[in-house]
Formats: sequence, structure tokens, C-alpha cells
Amino acid sequence: MNWSEFFSMGERAFYVWGSFGAFGLAIIVEILLLRMRLKKVTEKVKI
Amino acid sequence: MSIFKYASPSTFYPLAGKMAPWFAVIAAILGAAGLYLGLFRAPVDFQQGEVYRIIFIHVPTAWMAMLIYVIMAVYGVMALTFNTRLSSMMIEALAPTGVMFTVLALWTGALWGRPTWGTYWAWDARMTSTLILLFLYIGYMALVNAMDDKKRADKAGALLVIVGSANVPIIYFSVKWWNTLHQGYSVAASGSSMDASMRMPMLLMTFACWAYAIAIALWRVRAIILEREKEAAWVANLHGSASLKTSGVRA
Amino acid sequence: MANVAISPENGVLLAFRRDLRLAVRSKGEVIQAMVFFVMVVSLFPLAVGAESALLKRIAPGVMWVAALLSVLLTLPRIFANDYADGTLEQLAISPYPMAVIVAGKMLAHWFTTGLPLAIVAPVLGLQFGLGAHELGVIVLSLMLGTPVLSMIGAVGAALTLGVRGGSILTALLVLPLYIPVLIFGAGAAEASMAGIDYTANLSLLGAGLLLGALASPLAVAAAVKIALD
Repeated sequence: MNWSEFFSMGERAFYVWGSFGAFGLAIIVEILLLRMRLKKVTEKVKI
Repeated sequence: MSIFKYASPSTFYPLAGKMAPWFAVIAAILGAAGLYLGLFRAPVDFQQGEVYRIIFIHVPTAWMAMLIYVIMAVYGVMALTFNTRLSSMMIEALAPTGVMFTVLALWTGALWGRPTWGTYWAWDARMTSTLILLFLYIGYMALVNAMDDKKRADKAGALLVIVGSANVPIIYFSVKWWNTLHQGYSVAASGSSMDASMRMPMLLMTFACWAYAIAIALWRVRAIILEREKEAAWVANLHGSASLKTSGVRA
Repeated sequence: MANVAISPENGVLLAFRRDLRLAVRSKGEVIQAMVFFVMVVSLFPLAVGAESALLKRIAPGVMWVAALLSVLLTLPRIFANDYADGTLEQLAISPYPMAVIVAGKMLAHWFTTGLPLAIVAPVLGLQFGLGAHELGVIVLSLMLGTPVLSMIGAVGAALTLGVRGGSILTALLVLPLYIPVLIFGAGAAEASMAGIDYTANLSLLGAGLLLGALASPLAVAAAVKIALD
């Protein structure tokens, strides 16, 4: 397995990694935002 | 009556907390398997080359965008017929994740369209319908956020998603009609004769997204329940029992 | 009033007549919506140029979008005043079911917006160089489509009653739901210009009208009840 070939995705790296990257980023951001929301409210009710 | 037992926020709150991690684990396992098969094992498409791998996230996110709105409408029907507050809270908990998947479906569709069709946005029937679906999500969230009276927001939001979902098939049909009339692009996002080695990662990713959406919705509904019921006695008891437990351990 | 039988038709008529009378009394509003329609349509030649082939091509779409916006701007008229002065609550405890009352109100709204728009549309069509046949199709499509706009719009107007940022919020809720009407409405005239069969478009608009007539009173009544709770 050649990694640089893998990352180049047949000269389509921008499109492929732009898609997979956005997918990963969106999930991470959603989880972080939700954790902040949960933390804020649990502090408020002091569980 | 056993189902209605869990329709109360106070009994659903701990249940959601117990279930959510399981769905998160399932999502992580399926997602890892799907990504591995999709990126490393699935063969290169002889027509599109490597770029076709975008469908492993484009198709699942597009399906989830649609599915979450339908599930919101089902909760809407439950909210208005059984008058259950929890159903409305579930709609509210699902909406942001629905928006996320809709935006991802549009984004990946554009990035897939550029090398395949030569343009980021082609006004094809599926992409246009997905854009309208995004508008429907935004409408729901705008309505619920604009209302200070939560009880009214719950019911109004429920009614709006029901009306919206009744319109979704009509919108899909009309956009398809418009698309054929104007002889626009109509490239199928996935070939019907798809090889099993390509179909498998797509299914895995779909179920991963599904489990992820459930886990996130359960966690978010916990946040919503606490935000709304912070004055309620059972929340105070939650606090009491938790501190009792820790003090018991220490003693 | 006392000797009028409590039947659904009378309920529709009662609400219809009342709203129509109010609209006629303040005739400014009806005329304003028509003038707005005319002005928006007239903006397009100024924006894209007066090239006759281009204007003819975009005419159905322009007229339909302008009609849609005019209807959108008049939506608050259906409930907002009655909600503010408490009339809506009075209507809610009247012997007539809410679905019947809102049906009358939607009908009155169409009479004072959609119908006038369909009537002035031919004049505007002439500005865009449309022939008599295409104009006829546009008028017919507006006649069939604008009632659906009133029905869908009434749901949005009722849901946003008394909510801050009401009118822009109504637009956000209602515009995505207007898209099928826009597609079939503008598509009818475009098909007739292209020499394709346009009756399918008109039939679909008619089907939408029937479906809306059946479903919208219930949805709007539910929305009004939520607002009054």
C-alpha cells in the first residue's frame, strides 16, 4: 500500500478529502457543542 | 400503558442516558468498518476513478437527511395526538442533526459533482430536493426558536413538521417533473448494478450514521429535558440520589 | 343572526362575507397588493434588459414569482388583526367549527389577492410580448394555483401569530411549501410556449387545489387553536 498514492486519490484529493474531512469535522463539532450544552445545564442543576 | 411509561421526561431521562453510549459504540464500530472497506477495500470505479468514494458518505447523509425529517414528523403526530411533551422534545433534539446531515449531503454532492459533471451545483432533481429539505429544517428551527412560550413552540413545531412532511413527496415529485421538463442533469447518484464490495461500505456507513443520530438525539434530549425541567422535583432528587451514592461510597 | 341555521356552509359564508367586507372597506390593501405585483414584474425588464426574446422566455416565471411574493405579503391580513383585537377568540367559541371559519377566511383572502392578480396578469403579459394563448394559460394557472398559495400561507400565518419577527418567519415557513405550486404554475405557461402539452400541469394544479381544500382547513384550524391556547 502506497500512502502518498492513497492520499492523492487519483488526483482527486481535494474532492474526496474535502468530503470526508467535512463529514468528520461536522461530527466532531456537533459532539463538542452538545458536550458544552450538557455541561452547562448539568452545572446549572448541579447533578 | 407500558410505552407511555417512558413518555414522561423524568423516566426517559435515565433511560436515554443508558442507551446513548451503546448507540455511540455501534456507530463508531460500523463507521470504522465502513470507512476501512470504503477507502481501502472497495475497488476503483472504472468510470469515475477514486472520486466515486464520496458516495460512501454522500448517499448515507442524503438518506439520513430525509429519514430524520420523516421521524420528526412521526414524533409530531405523537406529540399532537397523545399530547406528550417528550415527543416534541425529540423533534427538537433531532432537528440540528438533520440539518447537519442535509448540509453534508449538499456539500459532498457538490464536491462529487464538480469532477463528475464539471460543476459544483447542477440543479439536478436530488440536489434541488435536498436543498428544499434544508429550507424545511430551517423553517422548523426558526419557528421554534422564535417562540418564548415552550408549550406553544412544541405544538406549533409539531404541526409544521407534519405539514412539511406531507409536502415532501409532492416537492420531490414536482422537482423531478421540473427537472425532466427542463432536460437538466439526471445522473443517478448510485448505479443500480452496484458491486457488493461497493454496496457493503455504503450500507455500513448508513447504519453508522443512523446509530450516531440516535446517540446524539438521546444525549441532546437529555440536555433539553434538564433545561426545561430544572425546577422540577425529580431533577432535584436526581441530584440528591447522586450525592447520596457518592457519600455512601466514601463512608 | 339568530335565525340562521348552524351549518358548515353558513359558517364559511359568515367568515367569508365578514373578511370580504373588511377588505372592501379598506380597499387600499387590495389595490396595494396588485400594485406591488405590477411593480415587481416591471422591475425585471429593467434588471435584465428589454430584449424581447429573453423577456418572453422568462415571463411565466417572473409573473409567478411576483404573484407568490404578493400573496406572501398579504398573509398577515388573514389572522393578524382578528388575533390582535380578540375577534379570533370570539370566533373560536362561536357555534361554527374552526375549520369552517378558516375555510371562509382563506376563500376571502384568495378573492382579495389571488383573483385580482390573475385579472391584471394579462396586461403585464402584453408587456412581455406574450400571445393570447399563453396569456390564457397563465391566467388559468394563476386561477388554479393562487388559492393553494392562500391555503398553505394560512397555515404559516396562523403558526406565527403574535410571534416576534412574524412576517419574515412566515416567509421562511411558507416559501419552501410554495415550490410545487410555482413549478406547476410557471411550467404550464412555459409548456404552452414550447408547444408541449400543458394540460398535465393544469391538472396537477387542480389536484393540488382539491387536496388543499380538503386538508388545509383542518391544518389551519389546528394552527389557530395552538396560537389561541
